[in-house]
Amino acid sequence: MEQNLQGGGKNPLKKLGNKWSTFMEDTRTRWHGFLRLSPREKGKRALGWLGDNALYLLILVFVLGVFFYNSSFLSFGSIVNILMQSASRLLMALGVAGIIVLTGTDLSAGRCLGLCACICASLLQANGVANKMFSRLTFSPALILLALLVSLLVGGAVGACNGFMVSRFKLHPFIVTLGTQLILYGAVMWYVSLGQNNSAPIAGLAPAYTRLVTGGFRILGVQIPNYLWIVLGVTVLMWVVWNKTVLGKNMFAVGTNPEAAAVCGVNVSRTIVTVFFLAGLLYGASAFVECARVASNSTATGVNYELDAIAACVIGGVSFMGGIGKISGVVLGVFLLQLVNAGLVFLNFEPAVMTVVKGAIILIACAIDMRKYIAKR
Amino acid sequence: MEYLLEMRGIEKSFPGVKALKGVDLRLRPGTVHALMGENGAGKSTLMKCLFGIYQKDRGQIFVGGKEVHFAGPRDALEGGVAMVHQELNQATKRTVMDNIWLGRYPKRGGFVDEAKMRRDTLVLFREVGITLDPDAVIGTLSVADRQMVEIARAISYRASILVLDEPTSSLTEPEVEHLFRILDSLKKKGCGIIYISHKMAEILAISDDVTVMRDGAFISCDRAEDLTAGEIIHRMVGRELVDLYPEMEGEVGEELLRVSHLSARHARVKDVSFSLHRGEILGFAGLVGAGRTEVLETLFGLRAREEGHLYLDGKELTVRTPRDAIRGGIALLTEERRANGIFGGLSIVENACICSYPRYRGALGLLSGAKMTRDTARLAKELQVKTPSLSTPIRLLSGGNQQKVILGRWMLTSPEVLLLDEPTRGVDVGAKYEIYRLIGELKKQGKGVVVVSSELPELMGICDRIIVMSGGRISGEVSGKESTQEEIMTLAAKFA
Ligand SMILES: Nc1ncnc2c1ncn2[C@@H]1O[C@H](COP(=O)(O)OP(=O)(O)OP(=O)(O)O)[C@@H](O)[C@H]1O
Ligand SMILES: [Mg+2]
Repeated sequence: MEQNLQGGGKNPLKKLGNKWSTFMEDTRTRWHGFLRLSPREKGKRALGWLGDNALYLLILVFVLGVFFYNSSFLSFGSIVNILMQSASRLLMALGVAGIIVLTGTDLSAGRCLGLCACICASLLQANGVANKMFSRLTFSPALILLALLVSLLVGGAVGACNGFMVSRFKLHPFIVTLGTQLILYGAVMWYVSLGQNNSAPIAGLAPAYTRLVTGGFRILGVQIPNYLWIVLGVTVLMWVVWNKTVLGKNMFAVGTNPEAAAVCGVNVSRTIVTVFFLAGLLYGASAFVECARVASNSTATGVNYELDAIAACVIGGVSFMGGIGKISGVVLGVFLLQLVNAGLVFLNFEPAVMTVVKGAIILIACAIDMRKYIAKR
Repeated sequence: MEYLLEMRGIEKSFPGVKALKGVDLRLRPGTVHALMGENGAGKSTLMKCLFGIYQKDRGQIFVGGKEVHFAGPRDALEGGVAMVHQELNQATKRTVMDNIWLGRYPKRGGFVDEAKMRRDTLVLFREVGITLDPDAVIGTLSVADRQMVEIARAISYRASILVLDEPTSSLTEPEVEHLFRILDSLKKKGCGIIYISHKMAEILAISDDVTVMRDGAFISCDRAEDLTAGEIIHRMVGRELVDLYPEMEGEVGEELLRVSHLSARHARVKDVSFSLHRGEILGFAGLVGAGRTEVLETLFGLRAREEGHLYLDGKELTVRTPRDAIRGGIALLTEERRANGIFGGLSIVENACICSYPRYRGALGLLSGAKMTRDTARLAKELQVKTPSLSTPIRLLSGGNQQKVILGRWMLTSPEVLLLDEPTRGVDVGAKYEIYRLIGELKKQGKGVVVVSSELPELMGICDRIIVMSGGRISGEVSGKESTQEEIMTLAAKFA
């Protein structure tokens, strides 16, 4: 224990080196320990290891299977494509993950994104588009910033309202967001009927905006869009929030034992509202990206996204029991879900079959992964 | 001679620790067998292996001469083993009788027969002599009452082997005596009872055999009459322990905290007034239900206050929430560790530092993990917390070690007033001494400490003054050193 606690001075590089050598040392002793076991014990351990990593092994098998069926699945372009799809879904998942850590869930995330995306789109239509929603609004680059701010503001407000209802009236987030989800749907329907739009999809976005979000440089003929950098930055920021701030620590405490948290002087209500608010901001940011990606935004934008986000969190080990989860897990979960999604497309399943298979995969993945968290006896 | 239960060479490992290294236990019929050892010695683990909660890695278990392999608690119950767990494991939102018959509801025509359940509960309660409403929601009862319900439930299985893992940790004298009468009658019926407790007086009073464990290893098994308390402690800790209570230094100074006419809204706390001085250790004695815990919780802002004022250093302090209290320099160690003390899945570091995060904020408001780990490591050493590492989830620690970590949590906030509700609950003798020493340290620094405890000798050993409560009111006050148990018990029964 002692050496573990020392760390290794101020030099971060040295610290990393120390950590690495302890890790290697540890691995070596464990391996030697393993070799010394009886064959039966060896088998038991190996099975245990397989069980613990079954989810990843299974996905590996699936990926290889798809690859043999259609080798272009693992081409550079396809992989980048899956990565980019994951990136676009990651922001929402990061928001939902915090709420799941609080033993909650958010059913309103997709609709919230839809509303924000429609607002963004309405503000960013190019000049001279037929049936431009707000015909007197002339596009200028400053509007891009405005749209982002409005999107964040609306998302944040929705999140804060959810959080307020949860903390003030002690309602379960499932109930609260079930309600807000409907309210938001109504709001989108009303919003797209404004101006000249007549409830049509809002299209004809200004190229300056779409280029800013989805444009980027090319590697080996594959486009790396700019939003990747936004997503990366926000992910790092969220990692810091979760691991290095009082808010993050309090979030885990409240998720584990709210009563004990109150005894410890944690402002439980404020923690809940802040986590929901942060989630809302992330939906807003996500909407700003999605709006440009979708290009034609309507009341259908974002529908059911929250289900994918929740599934990704659970696959990534964010537990519904509360108080358990890692940012790296969320990232992995989102990626794995997209990988499976893309794999199913490559396998050329009919949409009906595909949906069933996807549902089954989520169930199996979670059941397998849960094994890790059930106490070993 | 036929043993009721025989455990031979039991071994059990968890990731990072070998909790049991070949432990033997032999239980004779019609006896109480005390299982002794320090916190983390492996007592609960051994019992969980017996009860099928854990699967032993190696070893054999014989019940009534036949080898058994219990796959889970259900098997064990059917095999004639019942257990009262160290931590209350109840469905807090359900009623008393729901909890008692959970898993074996009486049925009639496919439906649960509530009337029979109620009847049986009352019969059972009469037999063990408790007076509780079978329809009360269990979460609304006091911890002591809940513990009595657990004991009644275990007895209701009519098992021949009864395991009691620290059943008396929140009971006071009368309930303990009552429990002992129940155990005596079970003994007469030929049952065997395994009894785990850190209260030495109880062990000497009730046990016939004593098995001692240390660090997961079997140390000895003897007849109780051949042992003294000193000898048992010696075997438990592996060294001589001279005093049970340290010498308390420091003078009682000026008034630090004054409480005037405190009443709680939803609990029976009526018109409680007292004052606490700097460098003073003030004890609260009383029977179960006297309202001692409620007084502390009301002071701390966990319970709604009907009326009353709080003065800290002569200035009024308004406390509506625990946050107000903490900001004012008050800390509360709660009675129910599992419900509102620990964060089970979080690491020891996080559990220890949760109340003092602002202190660990560095540049940009980010928390310094290294600093937190350093302070926690110091605490763990001071309090002798036994753990594989500081990043271990606290849930995996033994009960006593969890208690030490949350006591340490409040030490880190350096409070002026420390309210301790059963601070040594489930803590072994050696560590108890350590905790008393820490309390003494606070006294020397001129802090004020309030200790609520069900163990009178403990209060008399460390307190300067003892306030006795009865029926939600203060019924008297005695000096810590010069009072007698009889004097305190008389006061405690005054309004009961
Ligand atoms: N599920 C678990 N996973 C990992 N370690 C465990 C687990 N359960 C117990 N341990 C470890 O096993 C050891 C023995 O714990 P146990 O609870 O049996 O102690 P105990 O003698 O009952 O102590 P106490 O008097 O404090 O209750 C401890 O070091 C504890 O940390
Ligand atoms: Mg124990």
